[in-house]
Amino acid sequence: MKFDTPATTNPIDQLKVVGKPTNRIEGPLKTTGTAPYAYEHQDFAATQAYGYVVGSAIAKGKIASMNLDEAKAAPGVLAIVTAANAGKLGKGDFNNATLLGGPGIEHYHQAVALVVAGSFEQARAAASLVRVEYTRDKGAYDLSATVGTAGKAPVLYGNQPDTAVGDFASAFAAAPVQLDARYSTPDHAHAMMEPHASIASWEGDKLTVWTSNQMIAWSAGDVAKTLGLPKENVRLLSPYVGGGFGGKLYVRADAILAALGAKATKRPVKVALQRPLMMNNTPHRPATIQRIRLGATPDGKLTAIGHESWSGDLNAAKPEGAVAQTRLLYAGANRMTAMRIAALDLAEGNDMRAPGEAPGMMALEVAMDEMAEKLGLDPVQFRILNDTQVDPEAPSRPFTQRQLNKCLQMGAEKFGWSKRGKPASTRDGKWLVGMGVAAAFRNNLNANSAARVRLSSAGIVTVETDMTDIGTGSYTIIAQTAAEMMGVPLDNVVVKLGDSSFPVSSGSGGQWGANSSTAGVYAACVKLREAAAQKLGLNPADAVFADGKVKVGRRSFALGDAAKDGELVAEDRIEFGKLAEEKQQSTFGAHFVEVGVDSATGEVRIRRMLAVCAAGRILNPKAARSQVIGGMTMGAGAALMEELAVDKRFGFFVNHDLAGYEVPVHADIPYQEVIFLDETDPNTSPMKAKGVGELGICGVAAAVANAVYNATGARVRSYPITLDKFIDKLPEMT
Amino acid sequence: MKSFTYERVDTPAAATAAFARTKGSRYIAGGTNLLDLMKLEIETPAHLIDISRLALDRIEPTSGGGLRIGAMVRNTDLASDERIRRDYGLVSRALVAGASGQLRNKATMGGNILQRTRCPYFYDTNQPCNKRQPGSGCAAIGGFNRILAVIGASDACIATQPSDVGVALRALDASVETVNVTGKTRVIPYADFYRAPGETPHIETALVPGELITAVTLPRPVGGTHVYHKVRDRASYAFALISVGLVVQRDGTGRVALGGVAYKPWRVEAAEADLPRGAKAVTAKLLAGAKTTHENAYKLPLVERTLAGVLAQAKG
Repeated sequence: MKFDTPATTNPIDQLKVVGKPTNRIEGPLKTTGTAPYAYEHQDFAATQAYGYVVGSAIAKGKIASMNLDEAKAAPGVLAIVTAANAGKLGKGDFNNATLLGGPGIEHYHQAVALVVAGSFEQARAAASLVRVEYTRDKGAYDLSATVGTAGKAPVLYGNQPDTAVGDFASAFAAAPVQLDARYSTPDHAHAMMEPHASIASWEGDKLTVWTSNQMIAWSAGDVAKTLGLPKENVRLLSPYVGGGFGGKLYVRADAILAALGAKATKRPVKVALQRPLMMNNTPHRPATIQRIRLGATPDGKLTAIGHESWSGDLNAAKPEGAVAQTRLLYAGANRMTAMRIAALDLAEGNDMRAPGEAPGMMALEVAMDEMAEKLGLDPVQFRILNDTQVDPEAPSRPFTQRQLNKCLQMGAEKFGWSKRGKPASTRDGKWLVGMGVAAAFRNNLNANSAARVRLSSAGIVTVETDMTDIGTGSYTIIAQTAAEMMGVPLDNVVVKLGDSSFPVSSGSGGQWGANSSTAGVYAACVKLREAAAQKLGLNPADAVFADGKVKVGRRSFALGDAAKDGELVAEDRIEFGKLAEEKQQSTFGAHFVEVGVDSATGEVRIRRMLAVCAAGRILNPKAARSQVIGGMTMGAGAALMEELAVDKRFGFFVNHDLAGYEVPVHADIPYQEVIFLDETDPNTSPMKAKGVGELGICGVAAAVANAVYNATGARVRSYPITLDKFIDKLPEMT
Repeated sequence: MKSFTYERVDTPAAATAAFARTKGSRYIAGGTNLLDLMKLEIETPAHLIDISRLALDRIEPTSGGGLRIGAMVRNTDLASDERIRRDYGLVSRALVAGASGQLRNKATMGGNILQRTRCPYFYDTNQPCNKRQPGSGCAAIGGFNRILAVIGASDACIATQPSDVGVALRALDASVETVNVTGKTRVIPYADFYRAPGETPHIETALVPGELITAVTLPRPVGGTHVYHKVRDRASYAFALISVGLVVQRDGTGRVALGGVAYKPWRVEAAEADLPRGAKAVTAKLLAGAKTTHENAYKLPLVERTLAGVLAQAKG
């Protein structure tokens, strides 16, 4: 099904199932521990062996020698895979560093060996007996040292590294009110609960990998490419994923090494990346340094907007697109953005929840707060004043829908924004109290997505697609979509996901999964409705699918009757046309945060959070709320504690476990509220929905930062906002 | 994890005898720290002697009017004991500021004060660390040391001792009772329990090999208001950046000990005379001679401000 004109009325608009707050259909499996995650599949339990990864002890250089004698002689050891014995390996399209290092070493904890043994404990014990001598090379590890020399970034997702409209330099120089500030965001870890894990098994030259991955088709392709196999010989299964956040978009060492270990031992092999390897072995969100210049008239109209961002990556491969939102969020006739990138020898950077916008908004929305103060304007009003309903770089392109102002206004009212005081003026006992606001913004992306639907004589509808559910609720919204389309209760829908033998979906990433994958299911269900109506001798255009029946006038059949001669199967794919080029599809929101700052110690504790979101039709308000509060929680972490600490001498992230890399715990997040505006956007898909999972994080950290400023009067421009950065600016203790 | 043998013992005498019998022995009680370290091969005992069933799980009055806390008393039980809560509030408050409920259910009195540093370089066996591998150097000095020591450290090691309850024990003049492999018992003032890192940071306590902690004793209650403030980057389940344990009397006199600044809970009795004069005066003496890095210099003003805060809180 081509989608190249805006949607009209369709069966989804009935909203009997879609749009209702619905519990996760797979929830009972998860809460009873019976949803098998990658490491837990029991199919091979009788014969499986265990792999343990040895990570490089240096960041850059070479393996001078490797002695496997002791490790091979250790109890239970079956095989040791290294680059020297693995045979020729390719590199996946989505990988930067190779997944099995040696002799060259590209980053710390790059895998250099997999020890396979009969038990996990044997593999782990033997892994410590692998003796590796390294020759260290000098590497570059300090982003701030590269700012003067960094080159122009490559094109990122079709976006040029430099953009310019009007005459920024002149307009900024002439602006009566100016802001010129630098901000920095650190490297972030996805720190998902389930580590990367895989079980691999060979039958002849055919490989099956149970893994934890967000993008099945990409990753099946990269497994094939890395191992030199035809793609059809690789089957990837990832039915349950314990968190991804972008860290599982691509194939990682666990899958490749499990396959190599299984080949070497002729047994199924399971591998989970050890937690201390997660930070340096897998991708992370790269640190940024950002410079923002804003020029405005005294009455608060932006006349000049400039945003430059520096980031680093292994081989200078991929920038963090922190300027993305600045091209679209506010009006202003003269604008420029620029992305620069340096080669760093840390583990590769890559996508993490709202890549680009998440760290970009951390800077831009603090800059907006600072500018509002210079102008003497309320920061909510300042943003409203600079709203645009068209793409500011291409004014002939309107937004399909843009209710940012409404989000800000409603949020301000619900949150009690009018009670916000001047900086450092509100106290509650020992607490300095402050409120902050930030806009939320993230583009809506769509990706072609296919599904197969089956109808049984019992009236059960089964959906098959390689879509993944990374904890987001895909199972449930897909079931809701099929139930709505086929007129059956939710209980009569079975959803099967995450199998590369199923039709290729959008996968989960970039907050494109919900709208795209359900649209693919919609398309397949349209075909199934036609097939069912025809089978029943009904005109498909007139048939009404409701209450488990198909009706035309007085003629009524049980839906299952259409399959009484045999299962009906339909398959289709939603293919997105050029609507997204004609009009800009984005999601909007407003984050409001109240913090308390201990007046003695500077400890920052969040007291309240509110998000108001405008993101098209909300397919399942319960799951969508979970996505947004998850984003808000992650944003709170980015604001206050999350930082991969770089050792600039040895070139690695030092705090590589969950004791050192702190993420928010329950005590950090006391109260969260989420409001969705009632929207439908016919430009996005027949579902009229948009993404919401990444909108939730965009702007949160800035709202926290602005609240800390409002509480203390101390402006911190370097995340995370830890007390050591402003303790000297707190009021004197009496 | 290296392979090891394991035995369970019923009495302290059996424990020390087992230790004497088997080379490479370590005692294990709750295991909340030791097992993690064994998995990473930072600790590689050849033999584990499980002392968790020793009958040292009681809290009893001492003849001197204090309390004897058996070495096997669980953190949770200690924190919730009525006498502890009433007379030694600092102990209870420090305990519940540490770890998680699950860990406190397993962790014991003896094990708590023997937990090892949380320096990230100690935990990464690829990195030099004089504490883990004597003579290999210290990667933390000149590296990521935001959480590490500002006083009492050496050029060989700037690790901190992470126990929360240790701060309370130090402020309250606790002692450690032990028995060694010859059956000899002794009492070590908690003030003398930890050894300065000097050139030998791998030797952390006054205990000799095989010496087993049987109890921690608290002298008779000192009264006053007890406040423990653990400063951290998140609200729960994090190690202290610094912590302050304060006992203050109505007349303004009192005692104060610090966590997160040194290889041991840090207390300077001579500084306490200045408590009535306020935090600035006390901190100046308490942290005299401090040596900070670019990353951890904030701990000095933080100690002063936190002490000022808890003094204000104690006044109500």
